[in-house]
Amino acid sequence: MNYIDNIVFAVLIFLGIGFFVKNIKKLTRNIKLGKHIDRTDNSNERWKNMAMVALGQSKMVKRPVAGILHILVYVGFIIINIEVVEIIIDGLFGTHRVLSFLGGIYNFLIGLFEILALLVLVAVIVFWLRRMVVRIPRFWNKEMKGFPKNDALNILYFEMVLMSLFLIMNATDVHFQSMNFGNPISQFLVPIFDGFSAESLHVIERVAWWLHIAGILVFLNYLYYSKHLHILLAFPNTYYANLNAKGKFNNLESVTNEVKLMMDPSADPFAAPVEDDNETPEKFGASDVTDLNWVQLMNAYTCTECGRCTSSCPANLTGKELSPRAIMMKTRDRLEEIGENINKNGKFVDDNKQLLNDYITPEEIWACTSCNACVEECPVNIDPLSIILDMRRYLVMEQSAASPELNMMMTNIENNGAPWQYNQMDRLNWKDE
Amino acid sequence: MNVPTMAEMMAQGKQPEVLFWVGCAGSFDDRAKKITKAFVKILNKAKVDFAVLGTEESCTGDPAKRAGNEFLFQMQAMTNIEILNAYEVKKIVTACPHCFNTLKNEYPELGGTYEVVHHTELLKSLLDEGRLTIEGGKFKGKRITFHDPCYLGRANDVYEAPRELIQKLDVELVEMKRCKTNGLCCGAGGAQMFKEPEKGTKDINVERTEDALEVSPNIIATGCPFCNTMMTDGVKAKDKENEIEVLDIAELIANAEDL
Ligand code: SF4
Ligand code: SF4
Repeated sequence: MNYIDNIVFAVLIFLGIGFFVKNIKKLTRNIKLGKHIDRTDNSNERWKNMAMVALGQSKMVKRPVAGILHILVYVGFIIINIEVVEIIIDGLFGTHRVLSFLGGIYNFLIGLFEILALLVLVAVIVFWLRRMVVRIPRFWNKEMKGFPKNDALNILYFEMVLMSLFLIMNATDVHFQSMNFGNPISQFLVPIFDGFSAESLHVIERVAWWLHIAGILVFLNYLYYSKHLHILLAFPNTYYANLNAKGKFNNLESVTNEVKLMMDPSADPFAAPVEDDNETPEKFGASDVTDLNWVQLMNAYTCTECGRCTSSCPANLTGKELSPRAIMMKTRDRLEEIGENINKNGKFVDDNKQLLNDYITPEEIWACTSCNACVEECPVNIDPLSIILDMRRYLVMEQSAASPELNMMMTNIENNGAPWQYNQMDRLNWKDE
Repeated sequence: MNVPTMAEMMAQGKQPEVLFWVGCAGSFDDRAKKITKAFVKILNKAKVDFAVLGTEESCTGDPAKRAGNEFLFQMQAMTNIEILNAYEVKKIVTACPHCFNTLKNEYPELGGTYEVVHHTELLKSLLDEGRLTIEGGKFKGKRITFHDPCYLGRANDVYEAPRELIQKLDVELVEMKRCKTNGLCCGAGGAQMFKEPEKGTKDINVERTEDALEVSPNIIATGCPFCNTMMTDGVKAKDKENEIEVLDIAELIANAEDL
């Protein structure tokens, strides 16, 4: 008996899934490096958001061409992957098309998969054309050089190959073709293999089968390194997204406590501050990724690098250094760097780097108008603005690093209750002017 | 012009229906003061029982917060909340979307919970209640485009009130290609109003003004004193100040009837 195939297959699946689980563990550990934030309220609305935005892709279709093509690829990909169930059973037990006993239903399903495979193939080719021939500007911003550019293309090539393998596998399956049902697309590929011996057809079919499943496993493990992680993270990311009005920025609680103390007339201004040796005073704002909360870090891993945010950012549109997509990509890069550091050393060993300056410059941070266009645009509910604001807080409250003009504005507010140098006592003068 | 203050009201043992939060721009900026006065004229005409804080009002802290100075913001907020609560204010109207957003969204957690409306929302409800009538008057037939202020639109999802008011003026409301949720910022938000822009290839207000020019309006309408400044400067930069006016919705309504 020849069990080699089955054993090789089992090992392949085991390794593929094993590595995947390892990556997911790394991913969750890194996300948990973020600060706590409670996003468990309103679970009904959260489920609804997830259903609409992640599952229903409601924000994707705001740009109809890309949106509809994306839905095709997404639906196609998920449905075709039902086929993986059969592949796994076949592979492990040495059966061939084990589910074909379902008869008509089986052929109907395979037929559906074939049609979807073709549609996915077409959509992916259009995606490639949009990127490489039409050269839509948001795919060519400066943060899209090197790996990010190749990453996007790799995925497109991957999907092209996987879909083609699926169709070839069906086309060269003589028995399957002989039923002539459930092969609406692959039947047109059969003539290509005219004149091939039964043996070579079988070999081609087997090779396509093996490459197809191996490809899926490689793809699964490529996710962690890729913008394609969004196919998993879009779900939790939309679930835990901010539900408040977009204009509402959080009030820092640590500041509230101090301000209350300062304004409390009964507080003794000369009393020694309550000393707590175990607690380092809380840092205001963020200078590194570990100062951000876990949702912001999950945002970074979820980013699809689609650039919709950047293409609607007023600062970026007018040539400023700021790109909300780059904010997300840099946050992820820095988080990965810290993760690698922990992998290597067992715990984080100071590397004299941080998100601020080494990745994101103050120039980018200060160019933001807080207009929320990026947040509105993002198809997976990412909030780049919250990271920008947290970094501003660090710059101003920890480093007093605002520009002289902004400092002037703040001094005016402090002294005369308006951002300009007018006397508060003149506030009603307009009435008689 | 009848502009009672809360202090005067209190002295007479009265509580107004609504507090008009004028804001720093509305109090001090020459252009914005005109908006303030136009709005007051409408309030007087509709016999709305309102009052202002006058010299007891202070910056909401919005620009400080968006610049990252949470301390200064909360100091301002708590001082203002103390005064608002002392007067037992229930409802606030303001013509500034930044004040509107801050009062509405960021004050409650600090102890200041009020019903906060933008002036276009208040005008819209006055209209619905029949307390205010709007006629086209001198704007009849003009092409008007509305620039969505970020802190009114995206930040708080108010898109329709200003548009419904404009339509009452018997004018042609034309939309820019980027409008409502896709509206482009004028460039003033996030404390940008108070600093020079970062290095770039263009000013944001010019980019936005070009959006407006594309639909060749007679008037660019706004609902924010800062947008107003930005668009006015943009129109000047494009040498169109003789053809295109930049007006607040309150001014449109007040001017239409020569109030
Ligand atoms: S909020 Fe800031 S980063 Fe986002 S689109 Fe507006 S200016 Fe750009
Ligand atoms: S933040 Fe959202 S809109 Fe921006 S590139 Fe990432 S996924 Fe796209």
